[in-house]
Amino acid sequence: MTTLPEKTDKKLGLVIDLDICVGCHACVTSCKEWNTGGYSAPLSDIDPYGADPHGAWLNRVHTYEAGEGHGGQTVHFPRSCLHCETPDCVTVCPTGASYKREEDGIVLVNPDTCIGCKLCSWACPYGAREYDTDHGVMKKCTLCVDRIYNENLEQEDRVPACVRACPTGARHFGDIGDPSSEVSALVRQRGGYDLLPEMGYRPVNKYLPPRERRDGGEHQSVLPALAEPSPPQAKLRGESFFAWADRLLSR
Amino acid sequence: MHPAYSVILFTTASGAGYGLLALLSLGGLMGLTPLHPWMGFTGFLTAFVLITAGLLSSTFHLGHPERSWRAFSQWRSSWLSREGVAAVLTYAPAGLFGLAWFLGETAHWAWSLAGWAGIVCAIATVYCTGMIYASLKTIRQWYTPLVAPIYVLMAAATGALLLNLLLVLFGALAAWALWLAVGALAVAFLAKIAYWFSIDNARKTYTAESATGLGRFGKVRPLDAPHSRANFIMREMGYAVGRKHSRILRRLAVILLFAVPLISTSIMIAYIDGALLPLALLATVSAGIGVAIERWLFFAEASHVAMLFYGNERA
Repeated sequence: MTTLPEKTDKKLGLVIDLDICVGCHACVTSCKEWNTGGYSAPLSDIDPYGADPHGAWLNRVHTYEAGEGHGGQTVHFPRSCLHCETPDCVTVCPTGASYKREEDGIVLVNPDTCIGCKLCSWACPYGAREYDTDHGVMKKCTLCVDRIYNENLEQEDRVPACVRACPTGARHFGDIGDPSSEVSALVRQRGGYDLLPEMGYRPVNKYLPPRERRDGGEHQSVLPALAEPSPPQAKLRGESFFAWADRLLSR
Repeated sequence: MHPAYSVILFTTASGAGYGLLALLSLGGLMGLTPLHPWMGFTGFLTAFVLITAGLLSSTFHLGHPERSWRAFSQWRSSWLSREGVAAVLTYAPAGLFGLAWFLGETAHWAWSLAGWAGIVCAIATVYCTGMIYASLKTIRQWYTPLVAPIYVLMAAATGALLLNLLLVLFGALAAWALWLAVGALAVAFLAKIAYWFSIDNARKTYTAESATGLGRFGKVRPLDAPHSRANFIMREMGYAVGRKHSRILRRLAVILLFAVPLISTSIMIAYIDGALLPLALLATVSAGIGVAIERWLFFAEASHVAMLFYGNERA
């Protein structure tokens, strides 16, 4: 059914810390690696070593520059499905293949009933859905639904592959609908925000903003200090003698 | 947005088919058209061929056409599903009315009920087609109240031209049908001009700053792309027709879809007793090419919010 659930018991999602993401793309590759071998058919890889490599990926990392000069920031920006509370990608689906789970709010595509009309990808403002030309169906982030409840895995592995792979701990997974959860606390403390809130899809995933620079706008940098002339150093004994001798002999 | 040829063919051909179906039925029901059996046969056959060809071609862009029957299930929420349901529903009453026409049985109230039901279903189908696009908040050129009515008007205009061609072929041309075509073309033209004016002057609400939430630092611009080559999003949503080409194509659409058919049809009104087949053919063929250009532009001029992540500043 593509009508949305009235409410979901949980709001499972990701909290992504833009302050410490280093843009290594480990989450991107581990996502592809897990999802190409698990849920549904492999994710397409077209012309992977050729001139025009492309295919379906469920997570992408952009790098942006925001602002100018000293106040500006370079921000690595992972982008995947935000598992919105009121997404149009679900309601536009003509077959019921696209759905939002009542128990945890995860938005999924049933690969057995998707007709590959791509309308859901048109309805998503976040560019989170990618069509798989090999499989003929739409692919999207599953929040690793086949990991997070998987009792065959160690407890520490029961998180989305991207979260497990992140070497800096920039990705957090949990119930954003539960105010007592760690992720909710993070969102409160750090001012976690929604992407394109004005579109009204109420994304579950939150982004933590990069922190302001510590030097707070004053022109302070390590580089000019290095460029200044070196402060006088205690000279080795004898050095001045050789300098005197050098000057004398050079006359 | 990437203009898929199968979708352009579908929306234009089935639109004209539904237009012809509705107007031919209307003419028959109102007693405006002689109920010549073979004219009815040819008219309904043409309409059904156009509709069916369009519906079949729309399945060509699907990843799994063999599953398309599933698309009838989600009419509660999905305009695409509603369109599918309405499209298939139209066949029954319209087909019955066509059969009754051919057999000369239209006098009975049940047949005329089928005729009216066919008209309602045909309009509903085209309206649903328009709403598939008009319901997408992510594409500002489509998310406007003009889009669905324009789909209906285009179907009426191209259907009216087909009806005139049919009436000419069977020597049943009447002034009302010509005036109907002129009226539909004129209103469609005004609506399309208003549409182009509105998309050219609409405020672009969404920015790269609100898409990334990084506006607090200032202007946001891409530094490094997430992938070396275009992905699905860039191929599907990133298609944009150049401003210069868009101006030329709009003019071409105005000439072929509106000017030529309007002038031809006006001449036909003035010389209604002449040999009008060449003029009727010219109007239909010209509008056919024109509506394909108009529909291609409808896609190519549409920009998607997701491209904010790929360097578009506003959407």
